[in-house]
Amino acid sequence: MKYVVWGLVLLLIVIHQDFWYWNDKTLILGFIPIGLFYHACISVAAAFTWYLATLFCWPEELVEDAPTGPSNGEEVQHG
Amino acid sequence: MVEMIVIGVYLSLLLGLGIFSSRLFRGTSKDYMLASHSIGPFLLLMSIFGTTMTAFALVGSSGEAYAEGIGVYGMLASSSGIIHSLCFFLLGVKLWTLGRKYGYTTQIQFFRDRLESDKIGLLLFPILVGMVIPYLLIGVISSGVVINSVTEGAFANTFAQYDYGLPPWLGALVISIVVLIYVFFGGMRGTAWANAFQTMVFMVLGVVTFSIISAKLGGVQEATQKVLEKNPTKLIRSADPADIEEYETEFAQWKTMAEYNYATKTANLFTLSDEQTQQAYAEFKPRMPGWQVKAETVFAAKNGMLSDLTTAQKNDAYLVQDDRTLPEPRPEWWNEKTLDHETMEQFLRVDGAEARAYKIFEANIGHPNELLDPEDPSKGLKWTRKKARGVYRATKWAPQYPHSIGYWQFLTYLFVPLSVGMFPHLFQHWLTARSAASFKLPVVAHPLFIAIVWVPCVLVGIWATSATVDGRPMFPPHFPPNAVLATMVKSMTGPLLSGLLTAGILAAIMSSLDSQFLCVGTMFTEDVVVHYGGKNRFSDRQILYLARFFIIVIVAVTYFFSLFEQRRVFTLGVWCFSGFSSLFPLVFASLYWKKLTKAGAYACVITAASLWIYLFWMSDFAAIANFTVNFGGDQFMSFTQRGEHIESDVIQTQPVMLMVLGSTLAMILVSLVTPKPKPETLVRFFPEKS
Repeated sequence: MKYVVWGLVLLLIVIHQDFWYWNDKTLILGFIPIGLFYHACISVAAAFTWYLATLFCWPEELVEDAPTGPSNGEEVQHG
Repeated sequence: MVEMIVIGVYLSLLLGLGIFSSRLFRGTSKDYMLASHSIGPFLLLMSIFGTTMTAFALVGSSGEAYAEGIGVYGMLASSSGIIHSLCFFLLGVKLWTLGRKYGYTTQIQFFRDRLESDKIGLLLFPILVGMVIPYLLIGVISSGVVINSVTEGAFANTFAQYDYGLPPWLGALVISIVVLIYVFFGGMRGTAWANAFQTMVFMVLGVVTFSIISAKLGGVQEATQKVLEKNPTKLIRSADPADIEEYETEFAQWKTMAEYNYATKTANLFTLSDEQTQQAYAEFKPRMPGWQVKAETVFAAKNGMLSDLTTAQKNDAYLVQDDRTLPEPRPEWWNEKTLDHETMEQFLRVDGAEARAYKIFEANIGHPNELLDPEDPSKGLKWTRKKARGVYRATKWAPQYPHSIGYWQFLTYLFVPLSVGMFPHLFQHWLTARSAASFKLPVVAHPLFIAIVWVPCVLVGIWATSATVDGRPMFPPHFPPNAVLATMVKSMTGPLLSGLLTAGILAAIMSSLDSQFLCVGTMFTEDVVVHYGGKNRFSDRQILYLARFFIIVIVAVTYFFSLFEQRRVFTLGVWCFSGFSSLFPLVFASLYWKKLTKAGAYACVITAASLWIYLFWMSDFAAIANFTVNFGGDQFMSFTQRGEHIESDVIQTQPVMLMVLGSTLAMILVSLVTPKPKPETLVRFFPEKS
């Protein structure tokens, strides 16, 4: 699943270059130009992809390594 | 005056919030700089979003859409939704973990440890601070301009030279002091709270403004339909043939007028006799502003009086008419080919050219609430100095070319949002997180928030291109894009909403300024004074006082600089984004590549800085408009020159691409041939997975 998520991130970057809508004046719902609508959808797709990333690619091993909860304001000593 | 009261109430609320948050202050320097790592997911999301979305969020997005069309969303917004979250995910979480583990407050502390080099701080410090300063300046200057625009006419007799509004220097001073107060007392916690509050303010007001403006324009469908009819280029990313055709007709007429003005006023080649002038006026029918010159131009052209002008004289004429600097000496091709719009734009506009408008329209300028002619109210109100400048630009300068965006420029702009990975103020925000899980919400919601703010603003921007008032275009040619939103709100809504929206714009500006002030103050304290003075030399309370002292100094210095050279600062801002992006490989490799060496890091930073300086110099210090790095054509690689017409088969790329690729290559090559980091360092930064 991890690879699928990173593949989706890569796919987002590729489909971001939408040369197929470059000259298209079609209006979605009668008011949003398709070039804008498409990129708004990319923003939503990005949010979904990053949601999947937090589910399947979250670096748990790193997180366990760090202190949790608010510190008491004292500096952590250099290791 | 209502607007001023609304802004005053908003700033008071903000101060109240800052002072309230200071009551939660725990009295330690870590609490002041990092809110004791206590910021939860929601506050982290709001404060990070508020910090990354500068004044650009509301004003710039609508302004850029007005100038360039819908393509700006893909270039600046949807790309950021992907890349910003990528940076939060890949860099933010890991840096937070290391920061918590080893007690970092600044980026430089991390790099000094990871790269086993004390001196890397000396190299990075001036670069990072130097690139944050233009941002601070843009925020401070913009706040003054916004307040001045919305308060024009508020004073009866004072501040005439500022259109009877609050002078920009005074507005900027008020904003600087408000931000200083809540950052001074509230530190990072105050900043995070204020950012969250301000982010909500500008998001809500953005949506409210959108619905009111769309209703005033007859609904969303009618507003877009007008754009489709009048400015179809704004709905796509290429130039629409209908717009090009209209432009070419206007440009040809403008060129003839430029030639006439040059022949009669600069070169003194001929003068129309009184009889010829009267004949010219009699033959010319339309009676728009400045019709007399147009009538004389048509007459002169029709009678072959301009046919003796050489190509060189014509080129001089176009630059003079467009208020651009004539090249000295003239290039070799000057007498061989005439300038087109693209090549003309690459010549710098003469400083203060618009100020001539004050002299030309002296009789019309006055208090914007007074009638131009008390005996004939139909002539309207007196002009502001801004309006005089606008009329001057619209009647003198060349018509605006319908802009298009190239595939390669669009693609290579993806490198720009990488800059967030190296923003020192964002690093500091990341470290405030209560836990790593706090990052999940910002990572997911950031692209959605961008869409919520940008889609309405982009639509308002493109609608502005075709909006009309009493049958006339609302915005004349060459209207400053960044003033579009404020002008629409002022003319389409009441003073209350106008004041509220101004508060929203100021919120977007201040939510970035506060973090940057706090960050630069922290860097001076931690990376310079405490680092070189010795940690044991200062008590925690003294470090806290030092940080506050430096924040005052930074605010004062920024405000002082904001009073001088302003125009170039905005251009410099875009270059600074590129500079931060070019250092992205350093932070990425520090976290993910064990083979990164100290020498490799130095190579990366030095290459990034050298390429930045070189390209900045090649762009004549950002004076060449649309400067790109070009591949193909006669040479493998070249840079946009003044007066150069770039052929369509040449690949034009943003300078940031070369900077990022160059710094990455230097870092990899040098790291591969220099001694590896010590094993104990690698163990600290790349612990074995359990």
